[in-house]
Amino acid sequence: MSGLRLAWTKFSRDRLAFSGFLIVFLLVLVAICAGVLAPYPEDIFNIHPAERLQPPSMKHYLGTDSMGRDIFSRLLFGARVTLIISFIAVGSSLLIGVPLGLVAGYFENWFSELIMRVADIFLSIPQVILAIFLAQSFGPSIQSVILALSITYWPWFTRIVYAETRALKKTAFIEATEALGAGTLRTILLHVPPNVSSPIIVRSSIGMGFTILTAATLGFLGIGAQPPTPEWGVTIAESRRYLPDAWWYATFPGLAIFLVVMGFNMLGDGLRDILDPRIRRGFD
Amino acid sequence: MSLDFFDLKMHKSNLIYALKRIIYALPTIAGLLILTFFISRVIPSDPAALVAGEMATPEQIEALRQEYGFDQPLYIQLVDYFRALLQADLGKSLYSGRKVITDLIDRFPATLELTIVAMVISILVGVPLGIIAALRRNSLLDHALRAFTVAGLAIASFWLGIMLQLLFSMWLGIAPLGTRIGVDAPRFISGMYLFDAALTLNGSAFLSALQHIALPSITLAFASFATIARFTRSGVLDVIQEDFIIYERAMGLPPRLVVYKYLLRNALISTVTQIGLLFGLLLAGTVVIETVFDWPGLGLYAYNAIILSDYQAILGVTLWAGIVYITVNLIVDISLTVIDPRKAEL
Repeated sequence: MSGLRLAWTKFSRDRLAFSGFLIVFLLVLVAICAGVLAPYPEDIFNIHPAERLQPPSMKHYLGTDSMGRDIFSRLLFGARVTLIISFIAVGSSLLIGVPLGLVAGYFENWFSELIMRVADIFLSIPQVILAIFLAQSFGPSIQSVILALSITYWPWFTRIVYAETRALKKTAFIEATEALGAGTLRTILLHVPPNVSSPIIVRSSIGMGFTILTAATLGFLGIGAQPPTPEWGVTIAESRRYLPDAWWYATFPGLAIFLVVMGFNMLGDGLRDILDPRIRRGFD
Repeated sequence: MSLDFFDLKMHKSNLIYALKRIIYALPTIAGLLILTFFISRVIPSDPAALVAGEMATPEQIEALRQEYGFDQPLYIQLVDYFRALLQADLGKSLYSGRKVITDLIDRFPATLELTIVAMVISILVGVPLGIIAALRRNSLLDHALRAFTVAGLAIASFWLGIMLQLLFSMWLGIAPLGTRIGVDAPRFISGMYLFDAALTLNGSAFLSALQHIALPSITLAFASFATIARFTRSGVLDVIQEDFIIYERAMGLPPRLVVYKYLLRNALISTVTQIGLLFGLLLAGTVVIETVFDWPGLGLYAYNAIILSDYQAILGVTLWAGIVYITVNLIVDISLTVIDPRKAEL
C-alpha cells in the first residue's frame, strides 16, 4: 500500500479526525454555496421590521434578529466571512513564519538568534490582547482583523519550523545531500520543507481554530467586522440587548463558532497522530 | 502535605539559574517596548489623531502632537517613549481623564481576583480529573473528559458567559447579574474583595462577593481547566511507564503511596509548567469576560477604551499585560527548578 493510501486508511478509521474533517468539509461547502443554501440570501442587508425577533419556526429555522432578518441565512453567510478571514490570516502567517523558521533553524548565527528573539517578543504579549491592540491601531474593519491575526500568529510557525529544521540538520540525510553538492539554497528550498511539513499542517489546522475564535472575539468587542456584516461575533454582540427573551438570537451563532472551531481542532489532533507518530496526543 | 514531602530544596544552582533567567528576561521587556512603539507610533498614519480620539478637533490633535512629541524624529520619540515608560508614565486616558497608570493600578485587583479564582478552580478540578483519567485509561470517565476538554477549547468564552447568564441569572435567578458585590465593599486591604472580606471577618461581604464572582470565574476557568486536565493526564501517563515506578511497585510499595508520592510530584511539575501559559490565556480571557459580566477590572477598562477610541489606555493595558505575563513566566520558570532541579540547565 502506498504511503498516501495508508495515511488515508488510518485517517478514515480515526473517528475524531474524520468527524473533524467532515465538519470542515461541510463548512467550506456552506461558505461556497451560501447564496444557494440560504432561504433568504437578501437578508444580509435587507431589513424587515415587521418580522423582528421571531422565534424559530418552519419559516425561519433559527428565528429572526432585531431587524427581522433570517438568522439561519445570516449564519451561512457568516461562515463565508469567517473562513475568508481565517484562511488569509493563517496563510499569511505561514508565509511570514515558515521562511523565517527555515532560515533561523538552518543557520546558527546571530541572525537566527535575532529572529527567534523577535518571535519570543511577539509571544510575550497574550495573543488576544496583542490582536486587540493591533486591530485598534489599524482601525476597525475585516482587513485589520486579518492583518492583526497574521501578525499575532506567525511566531508559532517560526518556532515549530525552527525546532524541526535544527533537528533535521543533524540527520545523515541532510549531511548526505550536502555531500552530494547541494548548495545551501537548494537544501533550504527543496530538501528541508517536505520534511518539516507535517507539524506545519497540524499547526495550520489548530491555527484556523484559533483565528476563528479570535476573529469572533474582535467582532464581539467591536474592533473587527462591523454591522451589518453577518459575522458571528458581531451577531452575538448585537443579540445581548434582546436577552433573555430572544434566546435564539445569541445561542445559534455561538453554536456555529463552537462547531467550526471544534472541527478544526479535531482535524488538527487527528492529523498529528497520523502525520507525526512521534508525538503522542494528550488524549489517545 | 508539606513541601518536605516532595524533597523541595533551594540549591545554589537554582539561584544561578534564577539570576540568568532574570537577565534573559530584560531584552524581552525591551523588545516588548520597541514592538509596542512600532505598532502605536510608526504604523499609524497619524498617531496624534489616534491618541486624541475620534471626537478631537484639528487644534486638539495639533496640541497633542506637540505634547507627545510626535513631530520629532522617530529615534527621539523612541528615547522619549522609553524614558516615559521607565517612569511608569503611560499618558492620560481620554475616558477617565486620569493618568492611565493610576487607572490600571486601581483596576488591577478586580482582575487579579478573578484570574486567581479561575486558576484555583481549574487546578482543583483539572488536576484530580486528569490523574483519574490517566489511572483509569479508556474508562467512561476518560472518554467523557476527553470530549469535554476538546469542547472546552472550542467554546467562545464570551458566548459561554452569555449562555450562563441567560440560564443562571435570567431564567433561574440564582446568580446576580453584573458588578462585583451586592453590599458595601469590605475595608480596602488588597482590593480583592474575597480576600479583604475574609481578613476583616466580614461574612456578608464575603458571601456576596462569592456569589458575584461565581459565574465569571467559572466561565474564565473553562478553557484553562481543559488544558490542565489534558496535560496532567499525559504527564501522569508518561511517568507511569517509567522504570522506577514499575520497580517501586515490584518492590511491593502500596500503589497508593506510589501514586501520591511520584505521580503527584510529576503532575505538579506539568501543572506548574502550564500555569505560565494559562495565565496569559486567562489574562486575555478577562477582556471579554469582564465585558460580558460587567466586572470592573482591566478587561472592562480595555473594552471601554475600545468603544471610546481611547488609544493611550489600550496601549497601557497591552504593555501591562505583556509585563505581567513575562513576570509570571519568569516566576514559574524559577520555581520549576526548585521542584525539578534537572530543569536548572539554561
